[in-house]
Amino acid sequence: MSHHIVEVKNLRHVYSDGTAALKDVSFIITHGESVGIIGANGAGKSTLLQHLNGSLEPTGGSIHIGHTPLSKGTLPDIRRTVGMVFQDPDDQLFMPTVFDDVAFGPLNLGYATADVEQRVTEVLELVGAGHLRDKPPYHLSGGEKKRVAIATVLSMSPDILVMDEPTNGLDPFARRQLMALMRDFEHTRIFTSHDLDMVMELCDRVIVLHEGEVRADGPAMEIFGNDKLLAECRLEKPLSMQGCPVCGGGPARVSRPHPPHHHHHHHD
Amino acid sequence: MASINKAVLDLKRLDLLANNDSVIHRLDARAKVLVTCVFILCIVSYDRYELAALFPFFIFPAVLIALADLPALFIARKIALLCPFVLVVGIFNPVFDREVLVYLGPLGISGGWISFASIMVRSVLTVGAAFILVGVTGFTAVCQALERLGMPQVFAVQLLFLYRYIFVLSEEGGRASRARELRSCGRKGLGIRSFSSMIGHLLLRTWQRAERIHMAMLARGFTGQFHAYRQSSFGKAELLFVLGWSALFVFLRINNVSRYLGTLITGLFT
Repeated sequence: MSHHIVEVKNLRHVYSDGTAALKDVSFIITHGESVGIIGANGAGKSTLLQHLNGSLEPTGGSIHIGHTPLSKGTLPDIRRTVGMVFQDPDDQLFMPTVFDDVAFGPLNLGYATADVEQRVTEVLELVGAGHLRDKPPYHLSGGEKKRVAIATVLSMSPDILVMDEPTNGLDPFARRQLMALMRDFEHTRIFTSHDLDMVMELCDRVIVLHEGEVRADGPAMEIFGNDKLLAECRLEKPLSMQGCPVCGGGPARVSRPHPPHHHHHHHD
Repeated sequence: MASINKAVLDLKRLDLLANNDSVIHRLDARAKVLVTCVFILCIVSYDRYELAALFPFFIFPAVLIALADLPALFIARKIALLCPFVLVVGIFNPVFDREVLVYLGPLGISGGWISFASIMVRSVLTVGAAFILVGVTGFTAVCQALERLGMPQVFAVQLLFLYRYIFVLSEEGGRASRARELRSCGRKGLGIRSFSSMIGHLLLRTWQRAERIHMAMLARGFTGQFHAYRQSSFGKAELLFVLGWSALFVFLRINNVSRYLGTLITGLFT
């Protein structure tokens, strides 16, 4: 299953206005890994993600997806392999109905009509949006939009899922729903997020970006235990690892992969 | 801006109608595009003082609305939305063209008024036909049909993007305008000055958003072609549809059926 490997080597990106968004970024993500990319605003997260499916062209360095170098010729193949879920689902949903939107990718890949129908139905069921298939995307709630946006990508059966701020703007319930969904995926998963609790629950490994460079790369618990590193990168511990604001008690026990529950109760 | 937002939602609703299922919806898009073209050509080719002969053509929109189960009132309101523009085009005809052509008893009706009425009827017919075409086919499918009928792909894709970005632009515009309204506290705000910078921002924001959408499309394998899910072919039903309607239009164009009916009825009484 080596085609699920993402290898970024000395990646450098300078925008046309001279801003060096990525200075020197290298990492290898192997099959089935779930990796969170975190960092302050402007650390280069979004720029990095846009490189992973060739939306931007590197100023220097290279990207390999499953040992295939990313180049103009391999782009169509790589875009099928790497499924990209955008931050704002409104950018991703542009067809008149949910069904059309989810079918957009498979139709572009040239699947037969019967296959498309089946695939769309399966994927919509998977994300729990089967009942929305004939609705126009702009009438959906934020959580529904997000799940449909994920379905539009899943319908192309990608090997690698890349998501930009997946829990952004979702209510707590929709966030939990989405996290449960993402936990069940067997794809290689790459997230960026400021929702560090989500990162801690879903990712075994965390890459910290700081001013266009990889500042740290390691197991999630190790990174989130390093106060000094987090402070330097304008980050902080996930809330579930911080003390209780009411009683001042220690952090809740985190038992992954289950969500941490705050077990003690306060009475007034 | 609220009204613009509403107009956009209505446009989307029109597109949604295309997802219904009916005899007309199931026809190949090319057949519907062809018939609509013949229809519009026939209407436009009339002399500018022609009025009575236009009325039999209402049978086409009426039959289509009935067969495709379209909301007639909704379509009528959409057409009414365009009436002010048509009014501007035709309003000077009665002023400049005062030669009396018809007498209704003691009342003389000038050529200007007749040509004005003719313009109104024609635009209702042609615009209505275009709306109905989109309502029974969907804009994407209309573009595909045009392409399959020989329009260069570049134009088809341009049209599709235009259509897509109308929504993007108006949504951004609606938001910016609402923000301005709220901060100007019911007064004029900074007047025209704030509008110029707002429009500049609007352009840039729309541009960025358009780029993100384009990126999302590329990420899903978009190569410059929109694929229709509803596959169809040009079969016997389509051929019948095209030939039948075209024959009727040409017949109506050559023969003034209104006049025949008129003489027939007056003949009955004399």
